[in-house]
Amino acid sequence: MDHFPTNWGRPKYDSFDTHATYPIHNRGHAQSAASNGAVQHTHFSHSKSALRQPIVTGTSVLAIKYKDGIMMAADNLASYGSLARFKGVQRLHPVGDYTVVGASGDMSDFQYLQHILDGLVISEEANLQDGHTLGPAEIHEYLSQVMYQRRTKMDPLWNSLLVGGVKDGKRFLAFVDLLGVTYSASTLATGYGAYIAQPLLRKAVEGREDTLTEHEARTILEDALRVLFYRDARSINQYQIATITANGADISGSLKLETAWGFAEGIRGYGAQTQ
Amino acid sequence: MSTAIHLPRSGFDFSNANRNAFLEGKGVKMPKATSTGTTIVGCLFKDGIVLGADTRATAGPIVADKNCEKIHYISESIRCCGAGTAADTEFVTALISSNIELHALSTGRKPRVVTAMTMLKQRLFQYQGHIGAALVLGGVDATGAHLFTIHPHGSTDKLPYVTMGSGSLAAMAVFESGWRPSLEREQALQLVVAAISAGIFNDLGSGSNVDACVITATHTEMLRNYVMPNVRVEKERKYGFRRGTTAWTRENVRDMVVSEESRPIATAASGEAMDTS
Amino acid sequence: MPDMSAIANPQQRQFNPYAENGGTILAVAGADFTVIAGDTRQSEGYSIQTRYASKVFRLTDRAVLAVNGFAADGNMFVKKVKQRLEWYRHNHAKDMPLRSIARLIQTMLYAQRFFPYYVYNILGGIEEDGTGAVYSFDPVGSYEREACRAAGAAQSLLQPFLDNQIYFKNQTAARGYSHPAHLPLPDVLSIVIDSFTSATERHIEVGDGLEMYIVMAKGQTLPDAVTNLLPEELPSTGDGERVFVLKRDLKKD
Repeated sequence: MDHFPTNWGRPKYDSFDTHATYPIHNRGHAQSAASNGAVQHTHFSHSKSALRQPIVTGTSVLAIKYKDGIMMAADNLASYGSLARFKGVQRLHPVGDYTVVGASGDMSDFQYLQHILDGLVISEEANLQDGHTLGPAEIHEYLSQVMYQRRTKMDPLWNSLLVGGVKDGKRFLAFVDLLGVTYSASTLATGYGAYIAQPLLRKAVEGREDTLTEHEARTILEDALRVLFYRDARSINQYQIATITANGADISGSLKLETAWGFAEGIRGYGAQTQ
Repeated sequence: MSTAIHLPRSGFDFSNANRNAFLEGKGVKMPKATSTGTTIVGCLFKDGIVLGADTRATAGPIVADKNCEKIHYISESIRCCGAGTAADTEFVTALISSNIELHALSTGRKPRVVTAMTMLKQRLFQYQGHIGAALVLGGVDATGAHLFTIHPHGSTDKLPYVTMGSGSLAAMAVFESGWRPSLEREQALQLVVAAISAGIFNDLGSGSNVDACVITATHTEMLRNYVMPNVRVEKERKYGFRRGTTAWTRENVRDMVVSEESRPIATAASGEAMDTS
Repeated sequence: MPDMSAIANPQQRQFNPYAENGGTILAVAGADFTVIAGDTRQSEGYSIQTRYASKVFRLTDRAVLAVNGFAADGNMFVKKVKQRLEWYRHNHAKDMPLRSIARLIQTMLYAQRFFPYYVYNILGGIEEDGTGAVYSFDPVGSYEREACRAAGAAQSLLQPFLDNQIYFKNQTAARGYSHPAHLPLPDVLSIVIDSFTSATERHIEVGDGLEMYIVMAKGQTLPDAVTNLLPEELPSTGDGERVFVLKRDLKKD
């Protein structure tokens, strides 16, 4: 999982940093790579839709399983390239009574998905009234079909999504991205979070899914968000947390992270400098 | 007309660089160097420095070495963790170690960490990133404990806790949530173990064991394979082969013992003995 | 003024509809059983996406399919095969025979010849004559019946090992003896487990967990040595073939 949405779904160019000295592969431009013959053009490149790319993007979404259900967190920033463009964006979206979808990647594609999902819920629950309602597993299956079909049309929705929820006493947490790749685990993170937060979440949660209290789960997510704010240049210290339990989904208001920068006092220069 | 062959007086020979670039453009596969996909870290504590490294070396997706050493010796109180091209990290640290030793002998003083850092960054900058070494340099000298990162192009950082390699984000997450100023030795060591473990279990480029090195003003302790959380499991079957398993087309038994008989030659009456030695 | 040229002038960069999700699969056919196995790690690049994602799926009481390659294509392909098998069941009131499933998979793969499912398939199970069988496919539908096959990330590590241990390649039998055509189930399971622990040691994309499906021919029971490993039996629709699942942990580094 690449932390930078612009690179998602793009071919890898390993000519730079072949030994992965840098933690993230720096992917070159197809045009420059093509000019020295490194890239073979396939018929895909003639598709007009291949021009699309993410414009306004959100960074990581984190989610964990805990005793009472699922807890999901995302910050409130939508970036325009390297510009912190919108600082009050909600990236957690409730779907029906049991599910929350969290999105990173292109925000306009996410808003389109919100529209689709809201329409789905209205048609399923208001029109049919057959006693069946959509749970998180159904929402995730539906989303992954939409994402996979769009990638197959070579016109992807440029997002990585987490779907979490509780229905009939069962917790559900799963991932789907612009390629239609899906997976499930007790801790999930998209974007930069897959590199930075996921190690912390795995250590804190794996094996304790059934005993973690809401307070402990919240602390784990806040600690991970704080580290992301320290190290992810496309993040912000305002965030929201969604809790989905047997009592339904609750999405908090915008919260602020407490951060500490005291260590910087002692740093002088980058080499031999002492003053 | 004389055709003079110009050989560089020292350093690398780049005379094949253009040819190789041309061949690569034609689709010829160039040999792949062993890389240490790697998590390496270092952090400051009350009395000095703790360095840490995993022990996996990779060649693409294949594990080339399950227990390699990535903490290299620079001097008694200065050590250097290496990520990147294995050969480059080994040679550049060995060279600077040698130069540091000569420098210490000529000045009659214990070498300083900044000296090693400056020598390393100048050499890496000179080669514009072609020496693929990403280093964490740490040590204690007369001016105190110092910790640096050195990137392949020669830039450096001086920070209280640093990470490098493909597992650097996993390890840095541990430091960002656990490091405090003036840690005790044992706390710092456990933090380094946690940081390396985060790399080992979350980054596919890192794996196997945790190496650590604790450097204080008075003592350097190299803790090779300090934690071994990935011991190879026992196989279900024995894979010995019966004698005669390998087929052959031709049998040729030869006596490999060469026997030689020698006897002394009688000396001539003239007194000039033949040299038989 | 910040450099917004990258945003103002979107460059033409192609979208790559594929990813490589690592892992490895393997199947071995016995005289009256088949073992189909896969590890459970799903990865992309140097990241582990999940430590548990199945790559092996039961299709019918006597057919098991292992898929490896691009995970999204793999899951979609299994879904479509299962759907076709259900339609067959509704039309014919019986499960599709193994060799017919193999031919179905070929036509389904070749239907996508110019936008392939980036998936390596291995189909294992019991034929109508009661013998164990393994069919292996390439992504566009070329297939073959074999006694054993490894595919995926560690194929190049495992296939030579299987050739040596299952087909006895490069092993001369002792004078007056010959190699067995089929190994017994406990031996096959040991070789499968050793294959995956070895691949875990030397391939970074293999690890976390191992799932082994055992399909037993009609009327055959598990040997005691295997029953002692406490395999889980999957519910079957009739009193014919039986499917068991054995799980093992693999190293997580």
